[in-house]
This record gives sequence, C-alpha cells and structure tokens, in this order.
Amino acid sequence: MSFWEKIYLPAVLNGMRITFSHLFRKKATIRYPETKREFAEIYRGQHVLKRDEEGRERCTACGLCAVACPAEAIIMVADERKPGEENLYREEKYASVYEINMLRCIFCGLCEEACPKEAIFLTKKIVASDYERDGFIYGKDKLLEPLDPEKRIDISKRETKEVLEFKKDKSKKHNQ
Amino acid sequence: MGTFILYKTILASCILMISLLVAMYSTLIERKVAGFFQDRLGPDRAGPWGLFQPLADGIKLFFKEEFMPNTADKFLYILGPSLTMLIALLTSAAIPWGSNLVINGKEYPLQVADINIGILYIFAIVSIGVYGIMIGGWASNNKYALLGAIRASSQMISYELAMSLAIIAVVMMTGSLSLKDIVQQQHGFNWNVWYQPAAFLIFLVCAFAECNRSPFDLPECETELVGGYHTEYSSMKLGFYLFAEYINMFISAAVMATLFFGGYNFPFMDKLALSPNAMATIGFFVLFTKITFLGFVFMWVRWTLPRFRYDQLMRLGWKAMIPLAILNIVITGIVILIR
Ligand code: SF4
Ligand code: SF4
Repeated sequence: MSFWEKIYLPAVLNGMRITFSHLFRKKATIRYPETKREFAEIYRGQHVLKRDEEGRERCTACGLCAVACPAEAIIMVADERKPGEENLYREEKYASVYEINMLRCIFCGLCEEACPKEAIFLTKKIVASDYERDGFIYGKDKLLEPLDPEKRIDISKRETKEVLEFKKDKSKKHNQ
Repeated sequence: MGTFILYKTILASCILMISLLVAMYSTLIERKVAGFFQDRLGPDRAGPWGLFQPLADGIKLFFKEEFMPNTADKFLYILGPSLTMLIALLTSAAIPWGSNLVINGKEYPLQVADINIGILYIFAIVSIGVYGIMIGGWASNNKYALLGAIRASSQMISYELAMSLAIIAVVMMTGSLSLKDIVQQQHGFNWNVWYQPAAFLIFLVCAFAECNRSPFDLPECETELVGGYHTEYSSMKLGFYLFAEYINMFISAAVMATLFFGGYNFPFMDKLALSPNAMATIGFFVLFTKITFLGFVFMWVRWTLPRFRYDQLMRLGWKAMIPLAILNIVITGIVILIR
C-alpha cells in the first residue's frame, strides 16, 4: 500500500463525499398507503374464477390447473350439473368446491396456462395479509367473479395475441 | 447562598433535561440520516416527519419483557446499565454552555461547575464509563457479553491515552485545564482547531472509539458477538445502554465543540455589541449548532465506513494515534518555546 492508502484518510474522506452526495438523491421509498407503485397490466396477483358472458361459471372441474400447479396449491371437488342449473354452470360438470391455498401459491400463472376453459386468471389484486393460516385458503366465495356485469374483472390484458385471435373464430366449440 | 443553590439546581436540571431530549431525538435523527444516506426516507409514520418515533420507541422498550438470565449476578446486572447512564449524564456538568447571564446586576454562568481541572474531570468520568459496560458484560454470564465487555475495556483504555495526549497540546497552548478558560481564549474566530488540526483529528477518531461508534463499534459487533456486552439485556435496561450511547455522543460532540471549535464563541461577536444576556442566548445556540454538526459527523462516519477488524483497531490506537499525539505535543512545545 502506498503512504496515502496506509493513512486511510483520503479514502475515508472520499467515502464521506460519496455518502454525502446521496443525501440529495431522489429517494427510492414509496410511501405505501398514500402512493402506490404502478402495477404492470399483466401483474400476477390473486386469482379470479371467470364467468362467461351469460354469467355462468366457466370452470368444469377438469383438474388440469391442479395438475399443472407446481406448488400443489389447488384442490377442487367436482359435481354434476342438475337440470335447471344451466344458467349457473356452463358445462355439465362443475366445481362445487374450488380452493387455492394462497400461502402455497407462487403466482407462476401455470394454472391459467393449463386451463382449457379460460376459467382461471391471475389479476392485479394483491392477496391481503391475515392473522390465521386458514384465512389464506381462498374458496369460491373469494375467487369467483361477481355476477354484476359492472363489477366484472377485466383479464383481457393477460390473454396473449394468439388467444385473442383464436377467440374470434366462432366455428370452434370453445368460443360458442 | 440560597439563590446560588437554587440557580445551580435549575441549571443542572435543565441540562439534564436537554441531554435526555437531545439523546432521544438523536435516535430519530440517526435513523433519518441513515435513511437519507441510503436513499431511503427513514421513519416518517409516527407523527409529522416521524417526530413521535422516539416516544414510540421508548414506550415499546418500557413494555418489553424484562428478562434476566438465571445465572446472572443480579446486583451487578442492574448496576451495569445504571452506571453507564449515570456517568454519561455526569460529564455535562463541566461544560460551559454559554457566556454569563446577568440578572439584577449579578452574573450567572451557564455552567454547572467551573472546575479548574475541567478537562481532567471529564476524562476521569469518561474513564469510569467503561465500568458500566464491563460490569454489564461480566454480570450477564454469557460469553458473547464477556467478549464484548473485554473488547470495550481494552479499546477504551487504549484510545483514552491518545485522546488525553491530544488534549495536552491544547492545554499547553491555553495554559489552563479549566474548560471556561479554554473557551474564553478561543474568543471570536480564534478556534483551537486552526492551531491544532492534528490534535483535533486524533481527538475525533478517539471519540468515535470511546463512544463505541462505528467504525470502532467492536464491543457490540453484531456479526460476531450477537449484541456484545448488551446481549443479555432487554427492556429498559437495554434502553439505558443504547440511550447512554447517544448521550455520550452528544457530550463528546459538546466537548469537541468546546475544546476545538470555540464553544459558544462565534466570529464577529464583538461587533454586535449586544447585552450580555442576548450574547449568552446567541452563544448557547451557536454552541448547539456546532454540537449538531459534530453529531452529524458522527452519524455521517457511521453510515460511511465499515467496521475495523480488532487487530487493525489496536494497531491504529497504539502504533498510529499515540505516536502522532506525542509528535504533536513535541511540535507544539517547540513552537511555544520559539515564540
Ligand atoms: S399461480 Fe401457479 S402456484 Fe399459484 S395456483 Fe396457479 S399454478 Fe399454482
Ligand atoms: S379452472 Fe380450468 S383447469 Fe382448473 S379445473 Fe376449472 S376448468 Fe379445469
């Protein structure tokens, strides 16, 4: 080490100069409840179980999402649609219980990719904190999209161009 | 005599209150400064700009569980933090906080005790300070605490030497050990720091070491010693240790301002031609500005420099600081002789 390095002082003063300049930098802090960070349109947050245009649940309890889920966060119980319930469920089979454990979920979005019925999507909503573990198991009461057309959740940003293109093809049964 | 005692009691309580208040708020300022240095905002939730944060911290410390290890020596365990706190507060007595107030034609100095060996008194008290840490570390009956305490004592003893040697040069120039005389000799802009920059530098470095502040905070070095001497302390006893650190910082800043930055003196003070009372008030605020700045330097250094290794610390103390201080004394002596 040279003499100047040995007596530390120049290095110390230089370090202090650098830290001092940081006093006047723009702060990185976002004061959370007052200001919120902009989310990306395709942010992967809490899931929503979609309904179709007529308000019927799209999910058919095929279990593909549960199989695709790397965190094994999804469980469901399938049930058969009774006559007279056609306005509630789109397919003959539906999920009477559908639960996602938000503590297990890693928000990877694979469930959404696996779903053949466009029934499950991730949204910009953040999973709220809770005092109990049980509170993090979200059933259909929390996941299902509201019936009211005003309160429908727009997930079109999360659909890829190919999907949007495919949905225009009304000859496919999926789009009917 | 009666008024004398009354006046001193009031002054002493005022200084006590101010020291405690300043220590309280330096915790907040420290966190704010740390935040700003790291491009953050620091605490800003409790009250406007986080002004109630120290209160919240204090309340939190009060309500924390009071835990005492089974194997601890009960008496010494309690004595440790109490002693640290007491000694931290004692030093403020000898510092002249301003020039004399004049009330009804009588002069009242803004200093609790003008001891003719003021500096010696401060050094003596500060050296007792190490006992608080040592006793606390020993009484906890915990190896980390003991190691922290040993480190603290050897560090403080080695740096005290260099510190006092640095002061000797100042004393040689002044020819007095009384802090009041030293301040009065630095009238106007005649500050000691211009004549004794080396002494100031040595004193500053040693003050960091004495207050166990970064980059010399080895006694409480979290990475290797958990919490150092206060590992086993909780609740308000821990609070006392942490609080005493801030009071020590405040007092060392005050001592530094007094010895090297002219205390309550400020440039062009003769030109103002104010009444002595106004002078004393301005002087008090000037002193406080200097203390604030020096306190800021403490924090500035803490959030800039990484911690020294223990052997580096000892080498710096014994092989650099002490020889430098002795050299400084010799040079000062020669200069005084020649003049
Ligand atoms: S987002 Fe990923 S982890 Fe979460 S439920 Fe879907 S597949 Fe499982
Ligand atoms: S959400 Fe989709 S993938 Fe999952 S069970 Fe329902 S239809 Fe199948």
